[in-house]
Amino acid sequence: MSRQDVTPEEIVAITASRMLADHKVVFAGVGTPLLAAALARRRQAPHLTIVLEGGIIGTRLMPGHLPISTNEMSAAHGAEMLTDVTDIFLFAQRGFFDYGFLGAAQIDKFGNINTSVIGSYAQPRVRLPGSGGANDIISLCNEVLIATVHEPRRFVEKVDFITSPGYLTGEKSREAAGLIFGRVSVVITDLALMDFEPHSRRLRLCAVQRGVSVEQVEAATGFELLMADEIGEIDPPSEDELDTYRLLRDGEAAVRRGRAS
Amino acid sequence: MSASVDFRSVRWELEATDRRMLDKRMSATQAMELVHDGDHVAIGGTLYSRTPMALVFALLKTRRRHLTISRPLTCYEAELFYAAGMADRVITSWIGIGLKWGLPQIMRHYVETGQAVYEEWSHLGIGLRYKAGAMGVPFLPALTMLGSDIARTVELREVDCPYTGQRLAALPALNPDVALIHAHRSDIYGNVQVDGYRHMDVDMARAARRVIVSVEQIVSSDEIRALPTTTILPHFAVDAIVEAPFGAYPSECYGLYHADLRHFDEYVNLVKAKGPDGAREYIAEHVDQHDDFAGFLASLPPGTLDDLVAAAKRLAP
Repeated sequence: MSRQDVTPEEIVAITASRMLADHKVVFAGVGTPLLAAALARRRQAPHLTIVLEGGIIGTRLMPGHLPISTNEMSAAHGAEMLTDVTDIFLFAQRGFFDYGFLGAAQIDKFGNINTSVIGSYAQPRVRLPGSGGANDIISLCNEVLIATVHEPRRFVEKVDFITSPGYLTGEKSREAAGLIFGRVSVVITDLALMDFEPHSRRLRLCAVQRGVSVEQVEAATGFELLMADEIGEIDPPSEDELDTYRLLRDGEAAVRRGRAS
Repeated sequence: MSASVDFRSVRWELEATDRRMLDKRMSATQAMELVHDGDHVAIGGTLYSRTPMALVFALLKTRRRHLTISRPLTCYEAELFYAAGMADRVITSWIGIGLKWGLPQIMRHYVETGQAVYEEWSHLGIGLRYKAGAMGVPFLPALTMLGSDIARTVELREVDCPYTGQRLAALPALNPDVALIHAHRSDIYGNVQVDGYRHMDVDMARAARRVIVSVEQIVSSDEIRALPTTTILPHFAVDAIVEAPFGAYPSECYGLYHADLRHFDEYVNLVKAKGPDGAREYIAEHVDQHDDFAGFLASLPPGTLDDLVAAAKRLAP
């Protein structure tokens, strides 16, 4: 693979990894969030502690052996502590986890996520796998980052079902529901970086990826995006970020093969 | 939401149970006499980690009816229970194998056509429900699930904190009729030990009215006493011990053997091609035609288990 072949997933993961500061604790979901957290540890955040819902604290990803499930033994590689699943979420409820890190099948303008049903709950057109720990992560972690590829079918005006509550119907509705801790801070995509306007709690465009126009972001979003006063531009993935990311994802041998071809 | 069992009757029933230190070894088939039609059966482990598959297969063989199944994260066993016509309801936070296998087609079929229910709670929601059951209290307060549609659909109630006034979710105790657990070892009395992840097994088993544990190995009580910090259940909280080496296959068992991802591929290909008939074909081939789980393991391609043991040596922490 060359720099020209950078995939949307790689842009999402690399941009997201930059958001994680050193000496913090991140509760990462499987897939892109886990890879992004592992990348951050190899770059600006060597003391970042990665927590997985299988009950794992302090995992060190083996390059090329990304666990498919956060409950399998390879996910515990290098861990400092293993506990049970409920206990991990209770650490989150106590306030120990600086970041929660999620993907999103369907997300709306208030950052609510749906991973339960497409269509009505009683008679779903598609029954999706469900919350898993996502509802708990977004309810309990101190700051939640959402990372996903940017497509109109994902970014909808109103989700069919709120599996994981962002800001519900906006303004103070999240707090009014009893969710007094934690906040969804940013949504990171292959096109843009967005936050939530502090009063309305609606999604707001802050920056675009290099070479992406504001119009492109709007076209890929199924609702009206608010605009920050100044729209920044995100640095593209550096060579080191890409190399390290691919090493973590594919392993040493695969990266060597890629270089040779 | 399924009617919760009265926590008082759960306690009174337990007070009256037999706690004699007896040899509790039995076959998986015998142990299934503890499971009745209409029971709520909780399945230990999480997703494809330490799933009690020898016990799941023995239960599938009984074709018990109108079961409720509960689990933290649920793998393809939920689909087998749906397809066998055994489960009316699955209480869990997630159903699937993993992203790489796509959406679970059989779950979708039964739930989208209204033939069976998937009752969705959050992962911590399920965990606190077992924990409340294990603690002998009717509910536990928490700051999760609030404001969400999963709370609405299960009619989750809320309470105001009597000290601070804070609004809290009230997770109702879940007391399964039977818990099925797979563990690394136990003695003949049911002092059960686990290495590595504990998942929600401890709370699930202590909440349950009857507890069946399969183990990789039965060891002496002296060996149990040599490693008491790995004991997750004392003998008086266990009703049946079933010796089942590789009893979690195709799930992993921490430190001993890796999950067989190719077996999941085969299952998914089968149900993609044939739908619920494919799941029933799986049960006919892998469950019904063997006398027991050892028979199923013996039917696997040569070297399968050796490869999984080798993979665990490479990948275990």
